[in-house]
Parts: sequence; C-alpha cells; structure tokens
Amino acid sequence: MGKTLFDKVWDAHTVRELDGGRSVLYIDRQYIHEVTSPVAFSGLRSRGMKVFRPEQVTATPDHNVPTVDQHLPLEEGESKRQLDALAANCAEFGIRMFGLGSENHGVVHIIGPELGYTLPGMTIVCGDSHTSTHGALGAVAFGIGTSEVEMALATQCILQPKPKKMRITVDGELGRGVTAKDVVLYIISRISASGGTGHFIEFAGSAIRSLSMEGRMTVCNMSIECGARGGMIAPDETTFAYVKGRDNAPKGEAWDKALACWKTLYTDEDAVFDTEYRFDAADIEPMITYGTNPGMGTGITGRIPAGSDPKALEYMGFAEGEPMLGKPVDYVFVGSCTNGRIEDFRLFAQAVKGRKKAEGVTAWLVPGSRRVEKQAYEEGLADILKEAGFELRQPGCSACLAMNADKIPPGKYSVSTSNRNFEGRQGPGARTMLAGPLVAAAAAVTGRVTDPRELFGL
Amino acid sequence: MAIPKFNRLVSTAVPLNIENIDTDQIIPARFLKAVERKGFGDNVFRDWRYDKAGNPVPGFPMNDPRYGGEILVAGKNFGCGSSREHAAWAIFDGGFRVVVSSFFADIFRNNALNNGLLPVQVPEDFLRKVFAAVEGDPQAKFEVDLERKTFTIAATGESVGFDIDAYKQECLLNGYDDVDYLASIRPEIEAFERRR
Repeated sequence: MGKTLFDKVWDAHTVRELDGGRSVLYIDRQYIHEVTSPVAFSGLRSRGMKVFRPEQVTATPDHNVPTVDQHLPLEEGESKRQLDALAANCAEFGIRMFGLGSENHGVVHIIGPELGYTLPGMTIVCGDSHTSTHGALGAVAFGIGTSEVEMALATQCILQPKPKKMRITVDGELGRGVTAKDVVLYIISRISASGGTGHFIEFAGSAIRSLSMEGRMTVCNMSIECGARGGMIAPDETTFAYVKGRDNAPKGEAWDKALACWKTLYTDEDAVFDTEYRFDAADIEPMITYGTNPGMGTGITGRIPAGSDPKALEYMGFAEGEPMLGKPVDYVFVGSCTNGRIEDFRLFAQAVKGRKKAEGVTAWLVPGSRRVEKQAYEEGLADILKEAGFELRQPGCSACLAMNADKIPPGKYSVSTSNRNFEGRQGPGARTMLAGPLVAAAAAVTGRVTDPRELFGL
Repeated sequence: MAIPKFNRLVSTAVPLNIENIDTDQIIPARFLKAVERKGFGDNVFRDWRYDKAGNPVPGFPMNDPRYGGEILVAGKNFGCGSSREHAAWAIFDGGFRVVVSSFFADIFRNNALNNGLLPVQVPEDFLRKVFAAVEGDPQAKFEVDLERKTFTIAATGESVGFDIDAYKQECLLNGYDDVDYLASIRPEIEAFERRR
C-alpha cells in the first residue's frame, strides 16, 4: 500500500516506536517564544541539562510585545520580565533569537518560512498551536505543550502518538472575493471545531493548489481550529519558488539535492486516509463567524442558523435567524499568524484605496514581521492606507490573543482576521467575528458587516 | 525529575456541563505572563468563576459549595484551542487530578498526561450518566482506577473502561517523566542523526 505525504515525513523521522503506539519523533526545527518556553528552560536547568542541538532552535518574542514604539525600552512589568527571560535563556543556552528591533523580528510562524528555516519534509514543533502554519510548505508541523518544549530542547525528540490521517480536497475555482481564509473558515464550518481531532490533515485539490504560499499558510494555520494536530500541503513548484533563495534555504548543490528529495513528497495514488472530505470551491463565499468557536461560521450573506448554541449567541448579543450583513463593527484587526503576511495587507490596501475608514471604527493593522512591515512601506501600501485613514502598527501577535495592550473592550464587536473567536479571546467580554482581509476591509470602511464583492465591485 | 504518581482515586466531582471548553476559558491569555510554574490554580476558569469586579459568580459549579473533589467532569471536546500547558497546570493547581469528558483535544490530552493530570475519556451516554449522578447528588463518589483503566459511578456500580497507552500508563503509575526517558536513549538519537 502506498504512503500518504504525512506518512512519508513522519516515518522518516521516527527514531523508535513504543508499546501502545507512541513514537519517538526526531524534530528538525524548533521555534520558541516567550510565553511557553521559560518553564522548559527552568526544567533543563534543574536537571543540569544543556540544549542538545541549539542550532536547530530559533527564538523570537511575539505574544507579549507592544505594537507601537518598539524602539523605546519596555515598561517594567510581567511582559518585560518574560521578554527578558527569553533573551537570557537564549544567551545561556546558545540559541539564536531575533528580538525586538531585529530586522528579522516578527510572529514566530511568519518569520520561520520567511527566513527559510521552515523547509519541505521537515518535522517542526513550537509551543504554540498555530505551528500547523508551516505545514503549508510540506512539513509535519504541530503545536506542543511546555513539557514537550523541554523534551525537544533536551533531546531534539518528542514522544507522540501517530495521528490518524485525513484528506480534505477542495476542487474547482474560487469565486470572486473569496480568499484562503474563507476557504478554511468554510471547511471548519462544515466539519465543526472538533471535526479534525485525532487527525493530521492533508489539504489537496485544485482550489488549494491555486493558492499562493501565503494563502496556503493561512489554510494550514487554522487546522487546529477544527481540532486537527496539523495540516499540510504537498510541496510543488509554488513551494519551491517560495523557498528558493531565502536566507537559510539550501544553496547550490545542496539545493539540487534537497529539491530532488522534496519532489518525492506527495501522497501515493493507492494510499488510504482514515477520513476524507471533498468540497466544491464554487460553494464558498466570503465567510464570517457569528459564534464563539471558529466552526460557528456562515457565508457573509447567510443568517445565523437555527439551533445555534444559545450560550454563544448570548455572549455575542446575536439571535437565531438574523442576517450577518449589517451587524455593527467597532474594531477591525488585520494581522496574526493567520493573516499577517504581505498578501493580506495588499488585499486590504487595494480594497480600501480611495475610500475612508468609517467613523467610529478603530482599526489595528499589525504586520506579521518586520520584513512584512518593510515591504508594505516599499510597495506603497502604507501610503494608500494612510490616505484612507489607517496606519500600520509594529509586528506582534497583538489583538489575536490580547496579551499585550491591544485589547478589544468588553461588549465591543470586532471583525478580526485572526484565528479564534473564543469568549474573551481578544479581551474580556470582546465579541469577535472572524473573517478574511477583504471582509475586514469592507467592515473598516463601512462600520458594518458588508459583502466585499458588492462594496468593492469584485 | 518526576511527575506526580497516580494509581487509584475515589472522589466526589465538580460538573462543568459545557461543550467545547477551550483553553482560553481554562486560563485566559492575560494570566500567561509568569515565568515560573506557580499560581495558575487561582485563575483557573477565571472569567467564568469571577465577575469583572472579582466577585465569585453564583451558580458557577466551582463556586457552588455543594460541589467539590478532585474530579472535573466536562462536556465534549474539552481543552480545544491553544497549546498552552498552563491549562493543565491551572486545573491541577486548582485541585483536580482527573478530568472526565467524552472527547479531549489532542494537545490538552498530552499536556495533562505530562503533568500527572489524568484525562478519562468515556462514551457520550456514560458521560450523561456521570453528569446525572453528580448533579442529582453532589456527594456522589466516583472511582478512577488507572491500573485497571476503569471509571466507576460508585452509587450504581456502573463502570466503563478508558484508553491510555501502555507507556503513559506506566509513566503515571510510577511518576516517570518523558525527558528522563528520552535522555536515556540519547545514543540511539545520535545514531539516528548520523544515519540520515
């Protein structure tokens, strides 16, 4: 029987299998950030252990950083202590860190692929559930807890049960105004927030293939939002073109060798999946969520379904049967590891060009990295945005999880390009509607949930 | 280093009859700023347990004096969302040793096992019986036997088996920790690196 893409990568990294199904899995690349690593370093210290392969670990602070005035010293307090701890731990254990002010700084899942640290066929972990993002390049990448961060630091291995395999195929042509975010929100709305639990997903089909690398990263990023361990896409010419020439990508002869190997990374025709779903791209319209988990989403012209969880609707201040179009919007957040890449800012800027931000809307546009920020200035996006009444902030996780000062106030409605609409996720009492950058742009210039296809004549 | 051992527990339970409880509810992100593993228990289910002024929300089961014990019973898809191990720490520090649900999110399950917190997955219809038992009689006792891999409603004697892989069962029974295990096979890991 043939192997799936996932099997090929997983099996090539299995050091040993234990009774009961756990594998000792070798990890090629580990990313760390300030929130889920300090206790792991304390563990190493108390065991008197070193980091086994520090050159395979990359660090950046992102969850807790301010998104304005990053050149100023941080205020004393818990956030600063966490950032200082990351810097001190990296210095002590010999790990490369891109700190605030570094030209390579940014959200960990943005900078990994950007710097060429993430490559096809790798195993990648990080103490963050959105590590699944890196699967877009054909890597087996998934989030882990702090105990596992410590394991990977100590031995470059973790113990994992092998997940079941799922394939989600989206065939056909995406409609006008439909972005990668809409594709993944649609999938999650169809299979639910727990539909992928226990599985590792391969996204396939012509609609997935048609996506740029940025779009593929958006799709794989949200794998965890249907409960899956991760999601991945077989590497192809789009992938190779993206990787080639990046700072840490193989060069010369090493590139040729790597490329030959990457070209074997696809699911064999006779391979079998535990679960399969097929969707038609033509059924997908711009999406928005109405509830308190990412599975509670609808096409933007849809209504809140009958039988929706009453606790969620009460929290959101919505009722069954109401249309989503026209709902008031107080805040718009564009950014995060889901939609903080250059393509997202291009889409947003092109959409709002020549219009004005709606009065009463607070918009936070947060690039995913310094490089994205720089590119947005170089391409003139920052000027277009400024003209329309928007400004770019500085990179970080920001209002996606509201660990820093970027919090949506209680009761306020936010249209957010991030990944979670859980109660309180964007601040205590905040009401989040997840959407893609075009729906966010339409909301930002109208102050209401608006169909971007109509508004922008797409 | 060792994790807390677990063998057998007989305890009352706290019912949290809600599905899809995500880790942002278990421990909101604003409490993740510590650099040490301590004090998370005070903030477990913070925004459900306390109102904005910091007063306990009446009716939330953890604030209900009738309920107590070391077993948390929760609706399906428990622990979805973020990978933060702080969620497992907070529940453990909040006094629980076992979480019973009909479905656990994968990362939470691993995090719990790595901290001596036992996730007990039972069929949905059995979970309904557990909720009925504890909500009908807050003094109802339940027995968790890790060696036999059984969960029992003491009053009725109804029992159900639960899954845990042999390696993790051994770890919990003996307090073994994965880092020690992996460090013990380091020569094999180095050999794997040379082979690639």
